[in-house]
Amino acid sequence: MSMVLFDVPGPKARVRHKIMAVVGIAAVIAAVVYVVMRFIVTDQFTARRLDWINYKVIQLSLVEAIGNTLAAFAVGAVLALVFGAIFAAARLSDHAWVRAPAAVIVEIFRAIPLVIMMFFFYYGLPVAGVKLSAFTAVVISLMLYNGSVLAEIFRAGINSLPKGQSEAAYALGMRKTQVMTLVLLPQALRAMLPTIISQLVVLLKDTALGFLITFEELLRWGTRIGGDAVNFGRPMISVMIVVALIYIGLCLLLTWLATYLEKRNRRNKKVIHTDGDAAGQVQLGNASAAAGAGVTV
Amino acid sequence: MNVLTKNFSFFLDAFGQTLQLFAISAVLSLVLGTLLAALRVSPVPVFRGIGTAYVTILRNTPLTLVFVFFVFAYPLLEILKIDEYTAAVVALSLYTAAFVCEVVRSGINTVPVGQAEASRALGLTFTQMLGNVVLPQALRSVVPPMTSTMIALLKNTTVASGFAVFQAGNIREQLSDQGDNVLLGLLWVALGFVILVMPLTYVQQVFEKRWSVAR
Repeated sequence: MSMVLFDVPGPKARVRHKIMAVVGIAAVIAAVVYVVMRFIVTDQFTARRLDWINYKVIQLSLVEAIGNTLAAFAVGAVLALVFGAIFAAARLSDHAWVRAPAAVIVEIFRAIPLVIMMFFFYYGLPVAGVKLSAFTAVVISLMLYNGSVLAEIFRAGINSLPKGQSEAAYALGMRKTQVMTLVLLPQALRAMLPTIISQLVVLLKDTALGFLITFEELLRWGTRIGGDAVNFGRPMISVMIVVALIYIGLCLLLTWLATYLEKRNRRNKKVIHTDGDAAGQVQLGNASAAAGAGVTV
Repeated sequence: MNVLTKNFSFFLDAFGQTLQLFAISAVLSLVLGTLLAALRVSPVPVFRGIGTAYVTILRNTPLTLVFVFFVFAYPLLEILKIDEYTAAVVALSLYTAAFVCEVVRSGINTVPVGQAEASRALGLTFTQMLGNVVLPQALRSVVPPMTSTMIALLKNTTVASGFAVFQAGNIREQLSDQGDNVLLGLLWVALGFVILVMPLTYVQQVFEKRWSVAR
């Protein structure tokens, strides 16, 4: 197959590619062997260091930690979607006095690091006499940050629809709200669904920032068990591998959902294919455009 | 206002450290990300596999976890001793490189195959094709998302607060040690980031507007 940078390989190139493949495989194997050797030399997988898996208390606390992460994700995702919908609607408003403040708020919350927001709600607000739990602080921060990003995604999705759609709806005598809810939103949502889910993957990863404000989520659980030098001799490596696998598994599940929905969309004839991949442009605008999964890291 | 004026040099110092952390990680992640992108578009399937595996793993791991790994877990392997600052740079670079890779790769993929085939048919050499045909087109779709990735990196440097690396995210600790108003202090930090990020966002939007028409 001819690619942008390379022509179809001839016999010489094919031999060269085969040699490079062998070198590549050798390099990967060497790296893996080296890492595994380090694991063995430093005794990362001795019975004592893997013993934590056998305790029922620890297993239950793991389940609880995953539950906390998922709870923060679920509540944060719902709130962010609502926040995003409201502010997208505000930014699309016909009235400048609604549009302008919404734009300012969205831009500001997109510019502030999530960590600073969490610090603000967890360490800052008690100064003013408002005490929030770590969970609340995490959820509110996730809502404000990801909600602002989602607002931009929604807005761009609606803007990407052909103008004829709303013009035709107005011509039929529909009101503004009707045009939005009956004509524009259903189409925009379908086109935007993969991007929205990718942003939810980001939100799921961001729950791990709760670690910094002592929110008892999966990562904090990992550092607590992994740092236990008394009972298990610091099983940090094995615990972190487990934690990483759980995070990667959860994120991949969501990513697969996004890919599945995208594939289904492509087959669906009802979906309007916007010109110039405007949906993709949003991702480009919003963050790293990554093969149909634009996300703000 | 008092909090800011009293600690002004401290604020400047902290934000300077943030920018330094950002600059080092940005350069490293751009280099590594471009190399990974080269792997991902290479004609050798094994190389593509390596690139894909790296990107899939790093993109689906929380940055905080990468930090925890390099600060708490990596030293247990006793390979090469690194201090917290280096660990932060490594974590930020490795994490961001995955995103840079995706941006570069999708930029190259936006150039239609016909463009390259046509230039090959005209007898252009590989460098000519790359320099005159493919890269100018790919760059247009790379710069706006790359700016976003770099904005994200700038904001992500604050994650280092949890790992004893001094930067703007740590201003809070110092203020609370001094008994200053943390609430106001954090608002100033937030404002600092808004001031840093806004021009970048503006530049990005300008590029996007100008170049989306041209293609």
